[in-house]
Amino acid sequence: MKFGVIVFPGSNCDLDAYHLVRDVLNERVEYVGYDRRLLGYYDVLILPGGFSYGDYLRSGAIAARTPVMEAVADFADRGGLVLGICNGFQALTEAGLLPGALCRNGSLQFRCRQVYVRVDNNSLPFTTLAAEGEVLRMPVAHGDGSYYAPPELLQELDRNGQVVFRYADQDGRTNTEANPNGSIDNIAGVSNRSGNVIGLMPHPERAGEIALGSEDGLVIFKSLIGHFQNREVVEDV
Amino acid sequence: MESSLKALGFDGVHRVRVGKYLELILVASSRENAASLVEDMAGRLLSNPVIENYNYTLQEVET
Amino acid sequence: MSEQEKAGTDKPEKLWRKLGLSDHEYEVIVEQLGREPNPVELNMYSVMWSEHCSYKHSRSSLKLFPTDGPRVVQGPGENAGVVDIGDGYAAVFKIESHNHPSAVEPYQGAATGVGGILRDIYTMGAQPIAFLNSLRFGPPDNARGRYLFAGVVAGIGGYGNCVGIPTVGGEVYFEPCYRGNPLVNAMCVGVMPVERLVLGKACGEGNLVALAGARTGRDGIHGVTFASEELSDQSEKDRPAVQVGDPFLGKLLIDATLEAVDRKLVAGVQDLGGAGLTCALTETASRAGTGLEIDLEKVLLREEGLEPFEILTSESQERMLFIVEPQRLEELEGIFRHWELPLTVLGRVSSGKMVTVRYHGEIVAEVPAGSVAGGSPEYEPESREPAYIRELAAFDPLGLPPVKNRGKALLDLLSAPDVASKEWVWQQYDYMVRTCTLEGPGGDAAVLRLRGSGKALAVAVDGNGRHAYLDPRLGGMLAVAEATRNLSCSGAEPIGITDCLNFGNPEKPEMFWQFRQSVEGMAEACRVLEVPVVGGNVSFYNEVEDEAIYPTPVVGAVGLLEKADQHCGIGFCAEGNLICLIGPHHISLGGSQFLKTIHGRVAGSPAGIDLPGEKKLQAFLRRLVAGKLIMSAHDLSDGGLGVAVAESCLKGGTGAALDLPSSPRPDLDLFGEGPSRVLVSIRPADLGDVSKQAGEAGVRLSELGWTGGKKLEINCGGSRVVSLELEAMKKAYEEVFSWMMK
Repeated sequence: MKFGVIVFPGSNCDLDAYHLVRDVLNERVEYVGYDRRLLGYYDVLILPGGFSYGDYLRSGAIAARTPVMEAVADFADRGGLVLGICNGFQALTEAGLLPGALCRNGSLQFRCRQVYVRVDNNSLPFTTLAAEGEVLRMPVAHGDGSYYAPPELLQELDRNGQVVFRYADQDGRTNTEANPNGSIDNIAGVSNRSGNVIGLMPHPERAGEIALGSEDGLVIFKSLIGHFQNREVVEDV
Repeated sequence: MESSLKALGFDGVHRVRVGKYLELILVASSRENAASLVEDMAGRLLSNPVIENYNYTLQEVET
Repeated sequence: MSEQEKAGTDKPEKLWRKLGLSDHEYEVIVEQLGREPNPVELNMYSVMWSEHCSYKHSRSSLKLFPTDGPRVVQGPGENAGVVDIGDGYAAVFKIESHNHPSAVEPYQGAATGVGGILRDIYTMGAQPIAFLNSLRFGPPDNARGRYLFAGVVAGIGGYGNCVGIPTVGGEVYFEPCYRGNPLVNAMCVGVMPVERLVLGKACGEGNLVALAGARTGRDGIHGVTFASEELSDQSEKDRPAVQVGDPFLGKLLIDATLEAVDRKLVAGVQDLGGAGLTCALTETASRAGTGLEIDLEKVLLREEGLEPFEILTSESQERMLFIVEPQRLEELEGIFRHWELPLTVLGRVSSGKMVTVRYHGEIVAEVPAGSVAGGSPEYEPESREPAYIRELAAFDPLGLPPVKNRGKALLDLLSAPDVASKEWVWQQYDYMVRTCTLEGPGGDAAVLRLRGSGKALAVAVDGNGRHAYLDPRLGGMLAVAEATRNLSCSGAEPIGITDCLNFGNPEKPEMFWQFRQSVEGMAEACRVLEVPVVGGNVSFYNEVEDEAIYPTPVVGAVGLLEKADQHCGIGFCAEGNLICLIGPHHISLGGSQFLKTIHGRVAGSPAGIDLPGEKKLQAFLRRLVAGKLIMSAHDLSDGGLGVAVAESCLKGGTGAALDLPSSPRPDLDLFGEGPSRVLVSIRPADLGDVSKQAGEAGVRLSELGWTGGKKLEINCGGSRVVSLELEAMKKAYEEVFSWMMK
């Protein structure tokens, strides 16, 4: 299978996602420039972290209006799998591909630290290898990560199982101490209605090797790889 | 920001809200035309309706 | 100074003093130029002959540093030092101060400090891989102090996080002497294939000179002159002299520049920092022994109406100068177009040694490059030992009554801002981006793996102003010894250092004495430890209303680990391990953290250092780490043994029990400080091996106790002197800043 990593001017975790897929997971991966209108063939697109366009207007706002995002929207419409990490998550909400918005952290400061997130929907192609309620240790590193959705939308997300990850303690309990940025309802990551586009503020690509402190993030990538292996088997039959 | 202001000795500050102020110079055929352009830009890029409100004023300038 | 005066509508003879040049310096200019300079030329001389650019008071002392070694590819004099790390690769690093801008505009001052040092690294062709910083502030007990501290930290994070280079380490200290004049020293480390090295030279007659990046505005005009004066009440009005950073543009410039270097499109690269275009033009020409013909009106401006002298001295950030062969220009332009960055050709390299600047066809300046960039007089300032040195050295800390409650003293030390966990600071920095950080902030040294080679670099930055204040020569030695020891604790071999020398006004004999002594001490330590100084920066005039900072030599050190997976941290990571002290028992409370925090005094004599012994100790430590014979290693520093053992407990989440010999002064044993001492934990099975090797190496090894439990218990001659729950220590150590900075 093949991953594409979208590179916006100011992306800076593109390298990390690329490295993980190529060197840790031994899968194929390519960078995809922000100015591309047509995509080659990819199974999964990753929108990486960073400060696209400096995030001067709003985080991810300008990235969401680049040519490549029209292609990403088409890809998602056709059921393609899209994973937005940190700034990539912000860009997906700005592009309207994911619900809600990300605001300044409650602390008003950038926050870089290890957090725990609980998997609240393990039926998506991104999470099938995780147990429901499984707790993953991953780092966050952002200034604008406080998830917000108005109350009606929040209910709808809950009803549809669109809240994929919540900040929790090591035992899976959601509480204020476990929430690094003041996100509403401890929400760390959400999906679109059909479950093929997800975004999360924590960095699974930084949690892929024990030498870096955790390999819990691998479950997301391995779920994706598993999803395509299963599909290929079905197709072969 | 409030604490920074207090740190500089401005004790009377009770609340600070930070927003953005943008200045645009437009070429438009009329005030109405300018207003609809601004509305369109505000809705599509300059503000995020989930978390932001906007208002604007128009002023004619010589070009 | 009004704009008009800067612009020089006054007669030049009135101008030079206002531009910070002495009468003597003016005479030298006239002599070197062979005529009176016009106002534009005088402005160019003024910025380049400022202390900041010309090192006129420090040059003769800096010659004392050993700058060569088998690994040195490029020593001082270029944008950054370059040291060979094997496999055809080199480490590139430098530290630089941004003290004065940060004093008046903490966020932008610190952010542009980071942006500036970053440019120095990729200008050489290196991919930046890490930032570190060394910070000094007044005590955070008042609003102004907290404002500066919080602003500087946010500025460092704001720039570093955005460009995507991790900030992996640093240090922060608080002393009243830094209240009006904080120190902000930023260090950047990069890596590159040796063959990719590009120098800041305007080589090749006929080559083009191109300026890329941000447009030029009025920000930072005469910033270097501002940095070469004492700060005053009026300094806040100098805010326009502080530059404004644009990290997004900075990030694009890195990507574009490295791509251009990678494709071998440029013959020379120079970033624009202090003294702006003037510095970049005259330095590149002077290094290459060439001349330049420049058309100044081609510089893209941010605002209208800039005078030629303003364009030449503006310190607008995020600009790079390229020397490019004409046939490569188109390809270079293509790269910059892709990143939507402006690039304009300003002129070309000529055969003479003159930099000729035209503005709309008319010559506005014609100066010898070598005169502007390197012709300033070199001063041998008067030097006199300050009276306080003897007074303070005469103080005997052991004359103070012994502290009875050692547990409380330890908690007080752990919660002292100088010692307490700086997590409040570094959680505002992205220290993990690029996924190479094997050891992040909060240890003795940070460790970064080098992808593809199996190797790693260790980096640390250290300096103790208190020690240097009491004994500048010893303070200089201790800074070099501690920084390199921190590397050795992680298992890395020190391969080079960069230094940032923060001092007062060198024209005052007492201040110059402090400087000279510190440099002599550092140079001696470098010679004995065989570690070259490959670059650095001097920051003088750190004074406010005649009140100088402590002399503060800061050392940034870089070390090489042959095997990335064989590095050592500071935490007790398992129960049932032996705790040993490696190194001498020569300690003192003079100048110690204990004396400052518990008794409120900065006095006495710090313990001296045996440099050959230090060298043996470091080599021994590296052997232990490489042989996987130790589970942790932590340098004994501020707060001595007591604080070190507490930090190792907290980092690893494991308690400890120590049995120390009986002593008349347990407070000295627990909190006294001395160099060349390291606390290690060892698996019991390895003790024999370690002892044997210690004997062979001639290093003293003392067994102190065991790891385990959730308490720290220390006995002295059989009687309990400290008994603390880890939780209580954690609270003291970790919560100070979040509580104080609310």
